[in-house]
Amino acid sequence: MKEAKTALEMYRMMLLIRRFEEEAARAYSLGKIGGFLHLYIGQEAVAVGAAHAMRPTDSVVTTYRDHGIALARGMTANAGMAELFGKVTGCSKGLGGSMHFFDAENRMYGGHGIIGAHIPLAAGVAFASKYTSDGGVTMVFYGDGSASIGATHEGMSLAALWKLPIVFVCENNQYAMGTSLERSISVTDMSKKADGYGMAKDRFVAEDVFEIRDRLKDAVERARRGEGPTLVEILTYRYRGHSMSDPAKYRTKEEVEDYKKRDALNQLRAELAASPETAKDVEALEAAVEAEIAECVRFADESPEPTADLLEPTTYAGEFAR
Amino acid sequence: MKSMRFREAVREAIAEEMERDDRVFLMGEEVGQYQGAYKVSEGLLERFGERRVIDTPITEAGFAGIGIGAAMVGLRPIIEFMTWNFSAVAFDQILNNAAKLRQMSGGQLSVPVVFRGPNASARQVGSQHSHAMEHFYVNVPGLKVIAPATPADAKGMLKTAIRDEDPVLYLESETLYSVKGDVPEGEHLVPFGKARIAREGTDCTLISYSRMVHVCLDAAEALAAKGIDCEVIDLRSLRPLDEETIVASLTKTHRAVVAYEGWPYGGVGAEVVDRLQRLAFDELDAPILRVTTMDVPMPYNAKLEQLVIPQAHRIIDAVERVTYRRT
Ligand SMILES: Cc1ncc(C[n+]2csc(CCOP(=O)(O)OP(=O)(O)O)c2C)c(N)n1
Ligand SMILES: [Mg+2]
Repeated sequence: MKEAKTALEMYRMMLLIRRFEEEAARAYSLGKIGGFLHLYIGQEAVAVGAAHAMRPTDSVVTTYRDHGIALARGMTANAGMAELFGKVTGCSKGLGGSMHFFDAENRMYGGHGIIGAHIPLAAGVAFASKYTSDGGVTMVFYGDGSASIGATHEGMSLAALWKLPIVFVCENNQYAMGTSLERSISVTDMSKKADGYGMAKDRFVAEDVFEIRDRLKDAVERARRGEGPTLVEILTYRYRGHSMSDPAKYRTKEEVEDYKKRDALNQLRAELAASPETAKDVEALEAAVEAEIAECVRFADESPEPTADLLEPTTYAGEFAR
Repeated sequence: MKSMRFREAVREAIAEEMERDDRVFLMGEEVGQYQGAYKVSEGLLERFGERRVIDTPITEAGFAGIGIGAAMVGLRPIIEFMTWNFSAVAFDQILNNAAKLRQMSGGQLSVPVVFRGPNASARQVGSQHSHAMEHFYVNVPGLKVIAPATPADAKGMLKTAIRDEDPVLYLESETLYSVKGDVPEGEHLVPFGKARIAREGTDCTLISYSRMVHVCLDAAEALAAKGIDCEVIDLRSLRPLDEETIVASLTKTHRAVVAYEGWPYGGVGAEVVDRLQRLAFDELDAPILRVTTMDVPMPYNAKLEQLVIPQAHRIIDAVERVTYRRT
């Protein structure tokens, strides 16, 4: 087994994300979580590979499907689950909810609800890195459905023109809500957009978390060297509906089952269990993840709710501007 | 009369107008194959086909602009925003194209487009998905802004909107879609600029629109038990605004409370207050109060969200103030 320690760590995080999402779904059905809940189940390898391609001083920005990358960047399961439960101990004090995970300490700058709007924002983070020469790189995630909206295009245009240190990661999970890829974009190889901007590009299937890490790392280091942005399209799949209210009738059971057979998490587990170097660690690690998940649900349940006195100071820095 | 849900009333208006006029089509995200994000357009793709029920990618500025352009040359598009929050992405199209083409062309052009979708708070969907967008749009001359509260008005006003020669912004509400009510059978058109008296009363006028009309009616019930008899006015047409009906009511009650979703700074409520104090200053026995969304972005936490959204108890409190039952 190559890089046994890293492999175990990546497996642990992928499993943590999946279990976190499964428990979130359960809590949602119990009414402990409200609003929109978009699960990341099936896509874990992307976030974990990405997090391993970055330095702690690099930054990430993502969409409302944000739990995976937040955890992979180091947010605790406690802070994440408490946010979903709307508790003051949550990463955004229970004010943001599922779509708005923020963790400035780990340079995870959201959690955004308006399609495409976070792309220029991320380019702004990259601009700041270039401006201050801090050596940081920004990675921004977006869905296949977010490729056509204006803000995405404008953000990419500027990032490429100014050679900003940013990596655009298109998580192509084949659907934007109920709209399949070919119904939402005229050129379904979305990495080709890079050509128009004069950016480097890459495109691959998310099956091996190491491959994801390595190929994203190439892009991150290219950005760090001042050679400008890369557009990386990663082909992946979400096993659940778009959000909890989506029965996902627009695709077949067979299609979903087919993707599940190639599940990156299961594949990594099989490899770890087969390797004498790591086999003995797998079960202990899984037990630890279970404990962490049980603990985060307990923590979220028992934490206090935010109170009204939080609302004004989180609207303005100083005196409230009336 | 036929009893139906708000959602069905919207759908029936669209279907009838599409049946009547081939220039009318429906365009938006998930309106076709998915049957509508909130099932408003259920069955319409099957009935009218892909030429007239058109699914779009997530490109609000793009398809709002296409709607405006097609309207400018004679079609009658109904453009659905999955929610009005996302119309912000298309704001420039609405502000600078839809609202301006008639005047800047010296009156040569018309833009008979309808923009529609659910508006304002849903449930715990957070700060970026809970906007009451009407307050931005009513400011713009050239636009008409409609916000019905009942299935009958939903149907009658949408049909009027589709036949109107100007751009009409028609606001629904996720929390209204399942509300039931009687809708007149046959051709049913409700004119713009006419408010509806939802409840007659003599002691205080409650002015509202959309979902909040129902909250006002609840508040009026509770106040009746306390001996305060409220008149509830459903504006339903925000621009044009029916001055006559609100002034007439104020002339009867001498007190008014305006209750709606949206922040307190400016907006529809401030406009109503301005007109009432100018047109009926001598009728007022108390300052007009407004009950609005609190002056902060919408929090996710369920209790805080309910605190921030205007509730019946806040309306009751305001009515007690203007009737001097409480200071
Ligand atoms: C401007 C805008 N329009 C519409 C929406 C509603 N919406 C939320 S997610 C989504 C689908 C996005 O699909 P994709 O970009 O592929 O991301 P995925 O959900 O697959 O991760 C839509 C239409 C939105 N949030 N913002
Ligand atoms: Mg997608």
